[in-house]
Amino acid sequence: MAVTRLQIVHLDGIAKAFGAVRALNGVELGVNSGECVGLIGHNGAGKSTLMQVLAGTIRPDSGRIVVDGQPQHGYSARRAHQLGIRCVFQELSLCPNLTVAENTKVIHPGLRGLRWRRQCAALIAERLDEIFPSHGISASDRVQDLSIGRRQMVEVARAFTVSDEIVRLVILDEPTSALDYHTAGQLLEFMRRAVNVGLSFVLVSHLLRDILNVCDRVVVMRDGQTSASGEASAFDRDKLVLAMGAAGPHRLQTQPDTRLARSQTALRVRARTEPPYARTELTAHEGEVVGLAGLAGHGQTDLLRAVFAAASRSRTGFEIRDPVALIAGDRQADGIFPRWSICENISIGSLSGLRVGPFISLQREQALAALWRNRIGIRAPDLSRNILSLSGGNQQKVLFARALSCDARIVLMDDPLRGVDFATRLDIYTLIDQQARAGKTFLWYTTELDELLHCDHVYVFRNGIIIDELTRSEVTEERIIQSSFKEAG
Amino acid sequence: MLERGFRRLLRAVLPALALLLVLLAIAVFNSRAISYFGFTLMLNLAIPIALATIAQMFVIAGNDLDLSIGSFVGFVSCVAVTWLRDAPLIGIAILIASIVIYATLGALIHLRGIPSIIVTLGMSFVWQGLAILVLPSPGGATPDWAASIMAYRPPWIPLPVLAALLIAVLAQFGLMGTSYGTILRGSGGNAAAIARAGWSLLRSKMTLFALAGLFGVLSGVALIGITTSGDANIGNGYTLLSIAGVILGGGEFVGGVVSPFGAVLGALTLTLAASSLLTFMHIPPDWQVGANGAILIVVLTARVLIERGELRR
Repeated sequence: MAVTRLQIVHLDGIAKAFGAVRALNGVELGVNSGECVGLIGHNGAGKSTLMQVLAGTIRPDSGRIVVDGQPQHGYSARRAHQLGIRCVFQELSLCPNLTVAENTKVIHPGLRGLRWRRQCAALIAERLDEIFPSHGISASDRVQDLSIGRRQMVEVARAFTVSDEIVRLVILDEPTSALDYHTAGQLLEFMRRAVNVGLSFVLVSHLLRDILNVCDRVVVMRDGQTSASGEASAFDRDKLVLAMGAAGPHRLQTQPDTRLARSQTALRVRARTEPPYARTELTAHEGEVVGLAGLAGHGQTDLLRAVFAAASRSRTGFEIRDPVALIAGDRQADGIFPRWSICENISIGSLSGLRVGPFISLQREQALAALWRNRIGIRAPDLSRNILSLSGGNQQKVLFARALSCDARIVLMDDPLRGVDFATRLDIYTLIDQQARAGKTFLWYTTELDELLHCDHVYVFRNGIIIDELTRSEVTEERIIQSSFKEAG
Repeated sequence: MLERGFRRLLRAVLPALALLLVLLAIAVFNSRAISYFGFTLMLNLAIPIALATIAQMFVIAGNDLDLSIGSFVGFVSCVAVTWLRDAPLIGIAILIASIVIYATLGALIHLRGIPSIIVTLGMSFVWQGLAILVLPSPGGATPDWAASIMAYRPPWIPLPVLAALLIAVLAQFGLMGTSYGTILRGSGGNAAAIARAGWSLLRSKMTLFALAGLFGVLSGVALIGITTSGDANIGNGYTLLSIAGVILGGGEFVGGVVSPFGAVLGALTLTLAASSLLTFMHIPPDWQVGANGAILIVVLTARVLIERGELRR
């Protein structure tokens, strides 16, 4: 064990809030030279935000960034590059309209003159050969023509290209998510070799096996803070899962199983994920609440959208037997009509039922809105006020009112309670339970493990396919985490 | 894979193919037009159109749209036949100032997040108003140097063809060849990635708009070199022609995908198809604008069909 390793970077007391959400809450993190640090935690624990702070692309609200013992002022992406800190971001940051060589140029402002293209091509080709032998990528390929896996390879290799600035610390945020087993292995092998010659890494990954195999030290994040850290050898898989822990203090108990048992009622939805098709298909019956679990962005939203589309236009692999309504996760972008009143925002889904001749009956519209205000408890004195006069939680209730008041028997929910306060959540949980008893079917994608406890049946997604299916009694936090991290196969 | 490559090739040569088709049609209707003087006459107006198309291309490369380029060309023509002739220094200062205004519009669009369509639509009325202030009724006189440049008859190759080639090579090198051109295109492809690498998006947006202004000025000056007089409304058709030229030439409205060579070919095709071909076909002027639109729809549909096939692979 090298005890005299030099510390390259030290982050201290880093805090960052996005609106009311505190993403980072006074985080401390140090990285030594020749060390690979593994960073793990649940969705929303703050890992990506912390890495963006380190890469200089997000400016923290408070806290110190120290590089080589020097406190940094006016730290930026440019400055981070000059200090030898590179980052491979989780969502790809290549320009699809540029070639591989041109994308390399983007991070090397020093390469100019007439020969820049050739120099960039040589740099990236050399790194690709070194990290991913037999990669099959040409420096003159346009990125939009490459498969997602190859794009990821280019992005990784690009972070290691050196022209006039050194590379000392590379942050890899879920680098293997788009790579297959073979190339992921090549990358991890390369990382070990690079660590031996003094390069440092921060590896953010949901694949606990990779973390345990490659990293020297593990840091666990939870609710915007580091909750545990230590030598990787001191951890095993179960300890890591335990350290990531429950999401919050308000742990809810599974509700008594008083709803109807599965498949005793009529089938409402049958759906399959995109190719490669999973063995398991998703089914939902009348009066069921079906949960879509797994890590964020592993195909749950895509499936909900596909079900929604299949309701109006038939599609192979899908069977939808009733009208469908969707409650969007991104309320501002996909949900509310910001210029309309609360009443209009509720009634838009049910207009055909409110008609008198060719006109909308204002009386009926108001009656409908008033009915749902009382039923859901929308805290609004006057329904003719603009929707934006409501708090975020109450706006979300309006969206529930819209979806539940229309004639849809199937309700799709795309993580609708993200960032909603606890009291509103409880109201909505009760509402969903009532409506399910009344015969509505819910497909509920949620990133909150607690919410899955309200579901009759849970499907776990990974890489766009369903990899596990849990019945009501099997739904426990540990079980869902285990299957979310299950290796494909 | 092979078919995919073929489709890509097809898409790349589509602008050239469209031009060839129009030329063939012209040859069928009037074979004498395919000659040195025929091209010089038919393609004369293609030079300012090609320059305006390149101006538009810079703006489209950054995922924006310039709806003011037509009236800007009109404004430049009015300045060129008055100030630039009578007091060249003031004329040049006005034109440089107008390029600076263009760069400022880019800054405004970037900093305030206002859609470029709104800003440039507004500016189109501003330019037109300024043009009428400078030259209330059509007239003025072209500076002699501008007229003589446009009257130059090079040996063998007609001037418009030579000029088109020059414009295309220049723009191709500037935007596709240089290292900063790559950053400019990258800002249209994935602005976040460019910003993360430490580049200023403000600077790239201002550069793109300044280049658009520069080529707009060149277009206006080239135009009055041909027409010998100025008119506030002279460039009104250029806005849509330039957008159509960029798209016809293989560009995309979003994603930083543009092709300078394609754009110039698109401008040539539209110029020929717009007037010469239709005149030779004895289509009355009343119907020419409509026929022009029909040609555009056909060519752009062909491109969409090819792309759709590409996606299905």
